Amino acid sequence: MKSGSQLEKILTAGHFAFTGELGPPRGTNIEAIKKKAAPLKGMVDAVNITDNQTAVVRMSSMAASLFAIAEGLEPNYQMVCRDRNRLAMQGDILGAYAHGIRNMLCLSGDHQQFGDHPQSKGVFDIDSTQLINMVKNMRDEGTFLNGQEIDEPPKMFIGAAANPFAEPFEWRIFRLAKKIQAGADFVQTQCVFNMERMREWIKRANDMGLSEKAYILPGVTPMKSLGMARYMKAKVPGMDVPDYVIDRLKGVDKKDQADEGIKMACEQIAEFKEMKGVAGVHLMAIEWEHKVPEIAERAGMLPRPQV
Amino acid sequence: MIVAERKPFDEIKESIQDYKKVLVVGCGTCVAVCLTGGEKEVGVLSAELKLSQKAESAPAVFGEATVQRQCDFEFLDEIKDIVGEYDALLSMACGAGIQFLAERYPEIPVFPAVDTTFIGVNKDVGWYEERCRACGSCALAMTGGICPVTMCAKSLFNGPCGGTNQGSCEINKDQPCAWYMIHERLSKQGRLDNIMKICPPNDWRNQTPQTLIQPGYEERIESSK
Ligand code: SF4
Ligand code: SF4
Repeated sequence: MKSGSQLEKILTAGHFAFTGELGPPRGTNIEAIKKKAAPLKGMVDAVNITDNQTAVVRMSSMAASLFAIAEGLEPNYQMVCRDRNRLAMQGDILGAYAHGIRNMLCLSGDHQQFGDHPQSKGVFDIDSTQLINMVKNMRDEGTFLNGQEIDEPPKMFIGAAANPFAEPFEWRIFRLAKKIQAGADFVQTQCVFNMERMREWIKRANDMGLSEKAYILPGVTPMKSLGMARYMKAKVPGMDVPDYVIDRLKGVDKKDQADEGIKMACEQIAEFKEMKGVAGVHLMAIEWEHKVPEIAERAGMLPRPQV
Repeated sequence: MIVAERKPFDEIKESIQDYKKVLVVGCGTCVAVCLTGGEKEVGVLSAELKLSQKAESAPAVFGEATVQRQCDFEFLDEIKDIVGEYDALLSMACGAGIQFLAERYPEIPVFPAVDTTFIGVNKDVGWYEERCRACGSCALAMTGGICPVTMCAKSLFNGPCGGTNQGSCEINKDQPCAWYMIHERLSKQGRLDNIMKICPPNDWRNQTPQTLIQPGYEERIESSK
């Protein structure tokens, strides 16, 4: 075991993993965390705790991860390169591990221009691939980025993000290969809507032996409404929402659109369960945490294996 | 070249409002090429300043001077006989030139009339684009001559990020994605191997004030100190 996290145990035992997501509050409202955490308990193996997502200030992902642990969840602590330099990052990784955090997802982060402090200076001292490599060396070599020894190194199960859809498409798989070479143990993808492209991307990952080197968890996001689908298609960078997704939601009554969205997500999960090279799914039910039990149930993900 | 943009007129006017004799000092190099602070722009700014105070009782005096390069003491000496007549200097050079002017004439207050914006290129008359942030460890050999620090909004060394959008950067549809371009160029040159390897963290050498002394000049510089 690299870190001994629940997520690592599930994946190494060959179970189909199921991860969720929790966005920290825009303030110190602990009740809001508890409210979001409650429906996730027992439904997912680990919960991604986002780090100032979309460059909007929220409670720090480390603090919220600790609250998640207190609520009985296993956090997947997210860290972006936008807000910290290599000193702050390494310091936080030490602190996170000492507090019992065992999974980490390493990201570039959305550009600050989109967020609530567009005048801020983006740090971007190192990039996400370099961050992955740094966390790996902290764990496996017991050294900081400068090569100096760590007094009791942090042992994280290391996650990377991948976007299988962005252009240049043929380069995406090499970028994945780089992140795995850098040290990613598992990979969570951008929300998948375009299944044709996803099948093709996974096939390439299999051909290159990448799905044997890291656990790949495609991202699944249930559409709440036709409006959400249209918004994601038009406004969210890097998001590939094919017309057939829009058409299918258009085809049902407005009041049934949420249910149709869940049905579509469950169909995707069913296909991923059978897909070679896929080790689980990452459910991003954006501001829809209370629906996770229903989705988990309908997707046949329950009960979660105990390892 | 270094590209600068003139400050808003009201900000300039306010910064010098307490002075009665102001010399507007232009620079004949980069800021002249980008049409911001050369001789012509010095003329325009001082005319505007004069005009804007016509109604006032005791109008200030505005002089004009443009030197070849404000970032060079030799050229700054050219105005040594006239600066004494003024109680403030308004510089239209880049940030480096403004500082050197202030350093050459430390007894006179110096004010900037421009915002220095970037090191860039001349795309067309009146159209300039940033290309370099002077990071101090140039990566252009790896990236096919496209700067990852400047042209990528996240200064990635192992791009592109997940937000790249059909050749555009996630920050703006009109901004090309640097890593999309890097991939395209290296692919055409058959040099994709360059970016297959993980690029290690950059050595940011622009975090402290930098000095360069060319080989062979050490002694001369030592003796002049
Ligand atoms: S890599 Fe550094 S030195 Fe080279 S062009 Fe970019 S910012 Fe300038
Ligand atoms: S979209 Fe391209 S240029 Fe923009 S931040 Fe991402 S990699 Fe850099």
